[in-house]
Amino acid sequence: MIRSTSFLLVSVFTIVFSFASTSIEAMTINGAGATFPYPIYSKWISEYQKVETSVRFNYQSIGSGGGVRQILNQTVDFGASDDPLSDADMKSSAEKGWPLVHIPTVIGSVTVAYNLPSVTERLKLDGPTLAEIFLRKIVKWNDSKIAALNPDVTLPDADILVVRRADGSGTTAVFADYLSTVSPEWNKAPGRGKSLRWPAGAIGARGNEGVTAMVKQTVGAIGYIELAYSIQNNLPTALIKNRAGEFQAPTTKAVSKSAEMIKDFSGDLRMSIVDAEGPGVYPISAFTYILIPDKKETDEKLTAVKKFLVWSLTKGQGFAEELHYSALPEALRTQLVKKLTP
Amino acid sequence: MNSSFKFRKFKNIFFMSLFALSSLFVLIPLFLIFKYVFMMGATSLNFDFFTQLPMPVGEDGGGMKHAIWGTLTMVGIAASVAVPLGLFCGIYLSEFDKSPLANALRFCIDLLTGVPSIVIGIFAYILVVVPFKSFSALAGSFALGIIILPILTRSTEEILKLVPAHMKEAALALGMPRWKVIYYIVVRSNLSALITGMMLALSRAAGETAPLLFTAFGTRFLSFDLQSPMASLPVQIYTYAISPFDDWQRQAWAGAFVLIILVLGLNLLSRCLINYKAIIDFFKKGSP
Amino acid sequence: MKKTPLISFRLQDKLNYSFLSLIALLIIALLIVMITLLFREAYPAVEQFGWGFITDSYWDPAADEYGGLAFLFGTVVTASIAVFLAAPVSISIALFINEILPAKIGKVLGLFVEMIAAIPSIVFGLWGLFFLAPWVNTTLTPFLKSTLGFLPLFQGPSFGIGILTASMILGLMIIPTISSICKEVFKTIPAHQKEAALALGATRYEMLRLSVIGPSFSGIIGASALGLGRALGETMAVAMVIGNSPQITSSLFAPAATMASIIANEYAEADSELHISALCFVAVLLFFVTFIINFMARTIVWKNERRLKSRG
Repeated sequence: MIRSTSFLLVSVFTIVFSFASTSIEAMTINGAGATFPYPIYSKWISEYQKVETSVRFNYQSIGSGGGVRQILNQTVDFGASDDPLSDADMKSSAEKGWPLVHIPTVIGSVTVAYNLPSVTERLKLDGPTLAEIFLRKIVKWNDSKIAALNPDVTLPDADILVVRRADGSGTTAVFADYLSTVSPEWNKAPGRGKSLRWPAGAIGARGNEGVTAMVKQTVGAIGYIELAYSIQNNLPTALIKNRAGEFQAPTTKAVSKSAEMIKDFSGDLRMSIVDAEGPGVYPISAFTYILIPDKKETDEKLTAVKKFLVWSLTKGQGFAEELHYSALPEALRTQLVKKLTP
Repeated sequence: MNSSFKFRKFKNIFFMSLFALSSLFVLIPLFLIFKYVFMMGATSLNFDFFTQLPMPVGEDGGGMKHAIWGTLTMVGIAASVAVPLGLFCGIYLSEFDKSPLANALRFCIDLLTGVPSIVIGIFAYILVVVPFKSFSALAGSFALGIIILPILTRSTEEILKLVPAHMKEAALALGMPRWKVIYYIVVRSNLSALITGMMLALSRAAGETAPLLFTAFGTRFLSFDLQSPMASLPVQIYTYAISPFDDWQRQAWAGAFVLIILVLGLNLLSRCLINYKAIIDFFKKGSP
Repeated sequence: MKKTPLISFRLQDKLNYSFLSLIALLIIALLIVMITLLFREAYPAVEQFGWGFITDSYWDPAADEYGGLAFLFGTVVTASIAVFLAAPVSISIALFINEILPAKIGKVLGLFVEMIAAIPSIVFGLWGLFFLAPWVNTTLTPFLKSTLGFLPLFQGPSFGIGILTASMILGLMIIPTISSICKEVFKTIPAHQKEAALALGATRYEMLRLSVIGPSFSGIIGASALGLGRALGETMAVAMVIGNSPQITSSLFAPAATMASIIANEYAEADSELHISALCFVAVLLFFVTFIINFMARTIVWKNERRLKSRG
């Protein structure tokens, strides 16, 4: 019996390990990070797979914080974040012999989605009011400040449930960047960052997925999510007042306009485009980045990542519109492609 | 006097029904969980679930083939290391239970049983993921192994302690060396119970999510490469459950259904092993 | 005829013993490595914040300042409520199975209760998120607000996601732990003690109270404490329904965060060294809290068993 048991164990071992050894034909590239561009990255990966069959890309949307942390720790081949690295991180990583570069991939926007079945008109909000809602200073939907912005809407006398990200998030960073720009109070605290000290009572959910699901499920909820998530899930989003004084809906066109103010793409490309000037601009927009090591020596995996990036900056940009992201400006794209091709 | 007796009688009936009610009270949520998992799971389950890989975000269809294989692989690898270790530890504890080392080991096993699984996940991250610079199935298996080990050790110890002393003494009196008594008499006579303990420990590990979150991580592909991330059923269910996409939520239920069948199946099967002599005999006949 | 073995039996036994000892040492070493590594990772945060970490609830990754009180609060409160809900039910079940039901039916009921323990926590979370939380929001909360709304515990906005839902799920999850240990404890009561009570004219309930619950009271406490230990470390089911908001509140409807849930949410994503270290500090705290509770519980159960056995 002992013999047969050990035989069983050995055979299980053998089966498992033979599986393990037979499966390493395709090179796997591991990436992790932002959930904000996940819909388009996952589309790109599955389309790219059809062109390039020898490489498999595994992208895990764990949040920008995670993407930055894992690429700094070198546990993934590329990281993804909507929030560019801080100067300190750039420096310390370069000192460790692991310098990183930012490659913008698309422009996305953070929308303010809400769940109020009784309200059929789209809500209008401005920066300071938005800040007060997320600071939990405004706790009822029929608060006079919201009502003043929406004179034609009958607002329910319901509690506002603020849903925010529980994980380190680039979406949070973009949203906080915007709120800090428009609200001095927000700027003082919680301020900017991927993880913030949120006011008490704000529910934390994981990823853009989690926030979307929570808003979708809970009447009275408000949350900030990427445009693609709100469109795919048919969640109403608020019109946000831009600098020109218009209440602008988040559309790919209005998002592209945010980037138009940047003409100069020299430097390390860490750019903030929130609250941009000009008419027709949706003010909560941002570049999303892929972080790759800046190495001269050729490495099989790095080369594959670069090839993929070149593809996504050329052919891949065509998928942006249908997935509700905005393509990068032409000038930036050509510059990046030149940089990425050896 | 009479009224006090009546009151006592009433109190008796009252409390008896309270006991009965509270048992019912537990069965209701259990029933509801099963009802929902079976209802939502069975209707969402299809052939694709077992044969397909996930689709890009937001697109319908796809399955969890990779996660099912991932769970089986990682539990298998965890078991191949942790099961022998757990058995030997259990044997040590039951056979040499007075030695100071046994006391220390027992203390450690007790401690390990109580360690929250998320802490084990951190440990595996620090010990395996960071040095190897990659999330890996190996790290996940390592974490699962640490979960299996103390459960199996405890059950082995409990089982082997029940072996009557006269059986061992008889064997020793016949001049057998002690190690033979242990492995040929003590262990062999309880093999079915030990297998039960093993299956219970494995079923526990198969359902764990927390220790895999930042060890095995996840992937969209069917992978058997132990040095790279691997999907698992619980983590995939978690990812899909908190997502807003209806199709993913549907698949989360299907995943929960499969997981519960897997775990409860192992569990019930092993419980039946205890009860049905016939099956035990069947196992014994297979031995040389 | 008699063969002398290549190595003497004594040596064979010695070899076997050394082999087993080696494995035992390996496991002990593993645990030591585990504790050391956790401490080493947590050390920067320990150095930076010291005891202030436990008394401060300020958790601000943006400013790189951390205090873990809110998580300690969330963990202790959810786990305690869970035990408060689960213990009476579990004890009743144990009594019902052991003392009232016929053995065969009792066994079946016992099997059902054990099945709860076998359900993976992710399934509890899934069910909690999609069914329990909405039910709490639409049915239980209005009821509690209308009946007990005068207590600060049951005030404030409710969305179904929060301490109450998390505690209910936890309570359900620890019922099998508590009830199975209670069953063991009740089994150690000698039959003559029960018979004596019945012979004196006690009703069944009185018999249970006097000669079963009374003598095994400390065992029941121990069993509940073991349930508490289990509840403290539970991660997934809680993380999915608690709302992950580190705050200390009096309302059971409010969201909160537990030590385990903050680790699950932030550990893989934390990007500053101090943040990671602070999370490891939380893990060390969790480790010690569960250790102390489990250790106490085991000691109580074990002492109780010995006392009862020596009496019987």
